[in-house]
Amino acid sequence: MNSLQQYLDLYRENARLIDSNSADALNRLRPGALNALQGKSLPTKASEDYERTSIADMMTPDFGLNIGRVDIPVDVTASFRCNVPNMSTLLAFTVNDIFKPTQHLADRLPDGVRFMSLKKAASEMPDIVARHYGSASPIEDPLVALNSLLVQDGVFIYVPDGVTVSRPLQLVNIFNATIPALAAMRRVLIVLGKGARCQFLTCDHTQDAVNSYLSSQVTEIILGEGASLDYCEIEESSAMTSRAASLYVEQSAASRFSSTTVTLTCGNTRNNMTVNLNGEGCITYLGGMAVNSDKRHIDNCTRVNHNAPRCKSDQKFKYVLDDESTGAFEGTILVTGDAPFTEAYQSNRNILASPVAKMHTKPQLLIYNDDVKCSHGATTGQLDNEALFYMRTRGIPEKEARTMLMQAFMSDIIEGVSIEGLRDRLRHLVEMRFHGTDSFCENCGGNIRREQCNNDSL
Amino acid sequence: MNNDKEKNKPENKGDESREIIDDVTGGEYKYGFTTDIDTDIIPTGLNEDVIRLISTKKGEPEWLLDFRLKAYRHWLTLEMPKWAHLDIPPIDYQAISYYAAPRKKEGPKSLDEVDPQLLDTFNRLGIPLQEQKALAGMAVDAVMDSVSVKTTHREKLAELGIIFCSFSEAVKDYPDLVRRYLGSVVSYRDNFFAALNSAVFSDGSFVYIPKGVRCPMELSTYFRINASGTGQFERTLIVADDDAYVSYLEGCTAPMRDENQLHAAIVEIVVEDRAEVKYSTVQNWYAGDKDGKGGVYNFVTKRGLCRGDYSKLSWTQVETGSAITWKYPSCVLAGEGSVGEFYSVAVTRNRQQADTGTKMIHTGRRTRSTIVSKGISAGHSQNSYRGLVKIAPKADGCRNYTQCDSLLLSSTCGAHTFPYIDVMNDTAIVEHEATTSKISEEQLFYCNQRGIPTEEAVALIVNGYAKEVMNKLPMEFAVEAQKLLQITLEGSVG
Repeated sequence: MNSLQQYLDLYRENARLIDSNSADALNRLRPGALNALQGKSLPTKASEDYERTSIADMMTPDFGLNIGRVDIPVDVTASFRCNVPNMSTLLAFTVNDIFKPTQHLADRLPDGVRFMSLKKAASEMPDIVARHYGSASPIEDPLVALNSLLVQDGVFIYVPDGVTVSRPLQLVNIFNATIPALAAMRRVLIVLGKGARCQFLTCDHTQDAVNSYLSSQVTEIILGEGASLDYCEIEESSAMTSRAASLYVEQSAASRFSSTTVTLTCGNTRNNMTVNLNGEGCITYLGGMAVNSDKRHIDNCTRVNHNAPRCKSDQKFKYVLDDESTGAFEGTILVTGDAPFTEAYQSNRNILASPVAKMHTKPQLLIYNDDVKCSHGATTGQLDNEALFYMRTRGIPEKEARTMLMQAFMSDIIEGVSIEGLRDRLRHLVEMRFHGTDSFCENCGGNIRREQCNNDSL
Repeated sequence: MNNDKEKNKPENKGDESREIIDDVTGGEYKYGFTTDIDTDIIPTGLNEDVIRLISTKKGEPEWLLDFRLKAYRHWLTLEMPKWAHLDIPPIDYQAISYYAAPRKKEGPKSLDEVDPQLLDTFNRLGIPLQEQKALAGMAVDAVMDSVSVKTTHREKLAELGIIFCSFSEAVKDYPDLVRRYLGSVVSYRDNFFAALNSAVFSDGSFVYIPKGVRCPMELSTYFRINASGTGQFERTLIVADDDAYVSYLEGCTAPMRDENQLHAAIVEIVVEDRAEVKYSTVQNWYAGDKDGKGGVYNFVTKRGLCRGDYSKLSWTQVETGSAITWKYPSCVLAGEGSVGEFYSVAVTRNRQQADTGTKMIHTGRRTRSTIVSKGISAGHSQNSYRGLVKIAPKADGCRNYTQCDSLLLSSTCGAHTFPYIDVMNDTAIVEHEATTSKISEEQLFYCNQRGIPTEEAVALIVNGYAKEVMNKLPMEFAVEAQKLLQITLEGSVG
């Protein structure tokens, strides 16, 4: 069965409504997207790039889309206090795909900086949105095409040339539905001008663990010369959530992009990350960690394209897989003939904590240049028995010793997070994740889990 | 040649070392010549009649014809796979002749009866088929275009109960053994090329080492494509019974041809309890000229089944030839404590493309595997390592170590790594590491400073780089392989 057809039908039937509830810049890409999808099907496990995650199956259920832009009333500030101690952020929410700023957010941003709804931005700053929207993500990517076809709103962040945003921007994505299966097509566009600096923190939550959600998110990041972006993404959704996220980054000369993707609880997640290093002397760091249990599935796929000389990239991904969970990592470093003096590294280390957990790793190097330093490494194994024994001889109970070792295993990913204050928080979240079973971001996750959270950070 | 060198010379780096690299990596194929032997070729095309004809020509029993036809019918349902990092021009399977046998007079019983021109070909290839080989203590089963020409040392081996003969002879003389093992490791349903081979295979080698026998000499086969427009589809089947040991060598050279030639072979190895098989390959098929014209397409399925407990299979390969190489010698480690090894040096230059590596499939408990792969690319070539390490859910206590290094000798070539690591058991330890680099200016400078000319220095460094694999080759072969490596790449500088 072609699971794509229902989305194409949905679009054809509602094309006018979708267009009218969106903005011109977004509507402009729809015909091309439709064209790209016509006669195609969504990737299945038969395709080399999606060997472990079938997008076609993920998208098969009959998800509802909020095409009519019905405002689902959620008191975001009441049910979600995703506060990080020792860190004050400029906070906004999205409910499914509708942007909801906190009070006075616009006033608290530095001059010229935007952190707003993409739809609204398209009318306020049409030039900038039109120039960058769709510029980083190729429409040939079926996930991008599907998102571009149906997306109506999203998030827009703009930092003008030379401006530094001192407080981190934080975006909390909440899924909330009144129907049993809901899909949200979200778009994030981040544009940093020359020499601009910004920190961005985003987390995904679901309001309940009963309804099934599909999150299709395309994030485009355009970094001007010498710009610097720290990006951190945390997923704490439910087992009923499917996520197909695509991140596309375009880096100009001497820019810096540092990202950490943390998957603490998920259902079926596929994260694609593509970074294009287009100017000389770019620096890229991609970190990632996943803690997985039950029958959940996490698949991270990275691709770092070195298109210019003297760039450096580093990728570090670590997984701990428990129960019947499965993990997949596919990482590619591409060094083109135009990129001499490249330094590119990649490592993927995994721990299987149960006899039935499965890990699939595919770290790849594609090198078309002879003046490079490249390496990749991958390991899959268990906790060191000797270390465990050592700790137990010193009176540390086995469970605690295990948790400590797993935390230590994850520590270098956490250290890689460049947003201070967040590191402590992550350490705490990871620790709680190892102790328990479900979402732990305090006070997040809504009513169901509120009782489980302790209130030390309130 | 000199003109080409002028053309290829980069403008800013016209130094001596660059000249050497162009000279050597742009070298033309040394072994290109055609032997005028009467060959018996059937018309091009592939259909059931052709398969019946091949089978009749070889006087095969009914069951083997059935096997071929089943394979052919399955092949018809398949499409050529596209996942490899290779740019393969479309292949017209109907434009290939599927059978070419050197025309036999009465079956020769001694070397004197073999066509002198054929022997001359082997001599020109530097294969010491005759006394040299006997002195070297090796038995050679020479395959020229599909049909085994001569097997030496057979009587001597027969004393020990070792069977070493051509595949067609084995079908006639040992049908039960062949029938029992044929297709048991590589089924005709395995992949596109395995199906094609199973349908049309013309000949190959068969080796059986009985229980407890240690084969006293290295068994060796040379394959060589000779007739124009013919594909070669040979099939090798090696069975090592309990506690047996054999070291098997396979070497290839092919003469120069303008149209591409297809080579789709199958090697099947069965290793029983505590037995050990060492399989070494030196592959030097014609790689096409400087511009990538001509050359052999080498699509090979090689797989060994370590069925017995504590059995061991070791693959060593030196790949320098072929326009396109697509080959993954694999080990299925089913027996408890069985061991798989893969050592490879793959060299590509000019417009060559290689997508090669291994598969280590751990299904038995406490199985171990080691992979060491060294890729060297020059010119405009593309060299890929693709390897799978799979630990099955019930395979407790498995261990794998993989190391794959790439050495780049020009800024226009490519070196790629595609490891697949699937672990489904929490007691496994799997490690993979890969590096990519070029020969550093410092290393060369250091050698130059000590009076070693650039050319020799590069040879030294490349040899050192490949040493780990070369050391695994049997001595006789190592010499040849080292020579081959030097011919291919001795003066390389980044």
